[in-house]
Amino acid sequence: MAAGTAMTGAKGYIGRAMKRKEDPRLIRGLGRYVDDIALPGMLHAGIVRSPHAHAKIRSIDISKAQNAPGIVAILTGEDLRGVIGPVPCAIQMPNLKVALRSVLAVDRVRCVGEGVAVVVGAEKYAVRDAMDLVEVDYAPLPAVVDPEKALSKGAPVIHTQHKDNVAYKWELEGGDLKKAFAQADRVIKQRMINQRLIPVAMETRGVAAEYRAGEQKLTVWSATQIPHLLRTQISAMLGAPEHSVQVIAPEVGGGFGSKLNVYAEEALVAHLAMRLARPVKWIESRRENFQTTIHGRDQIVEAEVAVKNDGTLLGLRCRVIADLGAYFQLLTPLVPTLTGLMIAGCYKIPAVRVEITGVFTNKMATDAYRGAGRPEATYIIERVLDLVAADLKKDPADVRRRNFPKPKEFPYASPTGLVYDSADYQASLDAALKLANYPKLRQEQERQRKKGRYIGIGLSTYVEVCGMGPSSAMPAGGWESGTVRVEPTGKVTVLTGSSPHGQGQETTFSQVAAEMLGLAPEDINVLHGDTTAVPYGIGTFGSRATAVGGTAMYLSVVKVRDKLARIAGHILSEDPKHMVFEEGKVYSRTSPKKSLDFAAVVGAAYTAKTLPTGMEPGVEATTFFEPSNFVFPFGAHVCVVEVDPETGDVRLQKYVAVDDCGHVINPLLVDGQIHGGIAQSVGQALLEEAVYDEQGQLITGELMDYAIPRAADIPRMETARTVTPSPVNPMGVKGVGEAGTIGSTPAIVNAVVDALAPFGVRHVDMPVKRERIWRLMRRGKETR
Amino acid sequence: MDIQLRVNGKPQQGNVEPRLLLVHYLRDVLGLTGTHIGCETSICGACTVLLDGKAVKSCTLLAVQADGSEVTTIEGLAWAPEAGGALHPVQEGFWEKHGLQCGFCTPGMILAVVELLQNNPAPSEAQIRHGISGNLCRCTGYQHIVDAVQYASKKMRPKKKKKS
Repeated sequence: MAAGTAMTGAKGYIGRAMKRKEDPRLIRGLGRYVDDIALPGMLHAGIVRSPHAHAKIRSIDISKAQNAPGIVAILTGEDLRGVIGPVPCAIQMPNLKVALRSVLAVDRVRCVGEGVAVVVGAEKYAVRDAMDLVEVDYAPLPAVVDPEKALSKGAPVIHTQHKDNVAYKWELEGGDLKKAFAQADRVIKQRMINQRLIPVAMETRGVAAEYRAGEQKLTVWSATQIPHLLRTQISAMLGAPEHSVQVIAPEVGGGFGSKLNVYAEEALVAHLAMRLARPVKWIESRRENFQTTIHGRDQIVEAEVAVKNDGTLLGLRCRVIADLGAYFQLLTPLVPTLTGLMIAGCYKIPAVRVEITGVFTNKMATDAYRGAGRPEATYIIERVLDLVAADLKKDPADVRRRNFPKPKEFPYASPTGLVYDSADYQASLDAALKLANYPKLRQEQERQRKKGRYIGIGLSTYVEVCGMGPSSAMPAGGWESGTVRVEPTGKVTVLTGSSPHGQGQETTFSQVAAEMLGLAPEDINVLHGDTTAVPYGIGTFGSRATAVGGTAMYLSVVKVRDKLARIAGHILSEDPKHMVFEEGKVYSRTSPKKSLDFAAVVGAAYTAKTLPTGMEPGVEATTFFEPSNFVFPFGAHVCVVEVDPETGDVRLQKYVAVDDCGHVINPLLVDGQIHGGIAQSVGQALLEEAVYDEQGQLITGELMDYAIPRAADIPRMETARTVTPSPVNPMGVKGVGEAGTIGSTPAIVNAVVDALAPFGVRHVDMPVKRERIWRLMRRGKETR
Repeated sequence: MDIQLRVNGKPQQGNVEPRLLLVHYLRDVLGLTGTHIGCETSICGACTVLLDGKAVKSCTLLAVQADGSEVTTIEGLAWAPEAGGALHPVQEGFWEKHGLQCGFCTPGMILAVVELLQNNPAPSEAQIRHGISGNLCRCTGYQHIVDAVQYASKKMRPKKKKKS
């Protein structure tokens, strides 16, 4: 690739479906996750948790537990008062009522699973035994779990320093809503629920910590998506100087947002390692994971749309109640506002108004779970489009087409204040309908209905906002770091702040760097996750790793390549502008026969004897890249279901996804992200629901009671892409980590509702379980 | 209690607490950390190992139940360890077809697939999906895992002679 040119993607490694560099260790069982870390003298910690959703702690008796064999220490919230700061929330907004969680509860618990004591011992079975000997005397208080009840007069107030359970109110208005509703031929209303979900990364959380007193150095290993931000927060919570703290995210077994956080245990285990002068490890059990790792979604919306009879959208008003749970985690209050910002979806709606009420309940905090606010927005607007189509007896594809902004209208200013970077919504819808053979599907549906078989076809055309940055929109900064260091022998080390947890940055970043430097991916080593080795970074979330972290690396590659071109030009007496990096060689386009080995040019930079005058030795560059805007991936999904009228069973028959994430670095990995995202939507649409009973017990408390999709629940998915480069970054990439989840949930529900149309059904809430459907069909039959 | 067993072909013996779970014996006593713990209730399958050739969930078996048995973990799966640890065709399939992302479910998933292909060398897609339903993956949506199984199935079957 020639110096100074943009990526081509035409040949080489960028755009190629390459096997992952991460896999050889993982398929041999040689990956090193937090629980695989064993240090000499390591202690194990177990946390005694509240069985009550709301209670006063009268007393805690640790005497029996303390005397149990092998127990080294037991601490309660009282012991840590003033020692460890509260679990932080990064969000500030006007009139936000703050509700932070102590690392261990003091005086009062406000949700099931809240930690009240920690037991530390040399052997984990002994710790587990001793946990049962900690006697906590609780005085239970009335709990409130339903957010609408929590808002009613007389509801138990969860944080008594506040007068009620309203955490905040947030409003957004764009355009003239009054006029929109006045001009409308009709107004369509619907209440919809985005149920509470549990992220269920296959690896639960885990923390290990070691304090080396001689060096006064604390090392914390945590299953986290954000090692650097975690380091800063641990430092603040413990009052330890940040340069004495090292955080390492080792192999991380999935996150989906649930590890984009700062948790009580991360500071607690670090504190224990310092306090006890022994390494300490805590591994979350699956039941704890369900109770104490953040949950997602949990919004109730009343949507009203003003439309013309031809299907033109005029205005949209949404009142959202967002259940935030008992305490804030890192981003809790922010997530519902993302729903507000994306409420208009990929449609030209002249006027919108969103009113959000964030509510405290006696439940685990909600926070960013795959999509974080955007799946909710997409679900609302895509259901609204289908409601409009049904009401006007129009094809849902036609109603969508009528309201798309055209490609020439980009960058497109949404009434919510966002500026969408680039898109061709019509093209992705056309591609999806063609791939699904839509007209034929409709004919088939008609034919089957006559035979008493109920096929449903659901569409979703989505746009999402990701590639989180710029900094003005992000609590901790919307940039990412990328360092490229060419070692003296010509091998390349990339350091990225985008610490991955399954996304495959070691592979994709190697592909980019290798192509740009004329090397092979094997010549590139991508390091991440260790805050001592890697310059400060933000992390992997919000589908930002490639668009922001990848761009930071890209810009650093450009810098080292330009420097190497100058050195090569100097040695060869050629113009550096004409240098080509190809197959391990550097040569001038004008005289290709005179070439240098890449390693020789690098060597010259280190031996520093033949450098151009004034040039520094070494080959290393760091870039902190902040994008000027978000990126806005989009696409069109088509789902076909069959509903069994006898049982209410929903069978996914076909799934077509056409997604546009701009230029693609590795199509195999992009497909993997889309597949996984769709599967998670199948979970939300059909299977998953976190249920608390009225006393605040989490009755879907483990995998036995909470159904995440199995292989047999998922149909074979057909994927395709359109490519609309983003103007926001030089590679023209957009994110793809959440698109599948954001785009597909409404496609599935729209398909189910479409199948039930002959029964007079216009909406069904998620998860659309058999019983719910069966009842709707029964009722439909009776009323017809 | 005293136990004797073979793990990945090597004889092991020791004295263990009767309540010690097999997965903890493998991970904490033998240091074979490739076997993961995902749920402790035998739902997720991350802890799957082969016990006398059968896929079992080692989080709900006691170490003493493996007394006298042959256990194979992911570390012992390589097709021909003596030949430098070449990958088993199932491992190869997962690599070739991008059958993993975070990798946490992968060792258990691979061992479940090994058993599946022992019992049914040429499974249909539906049989594959049914066959791996005791193992949960939250990343891949399973499609590339199915592709990986098909790859391994094809590779492990004796090649048909071409009709001339």
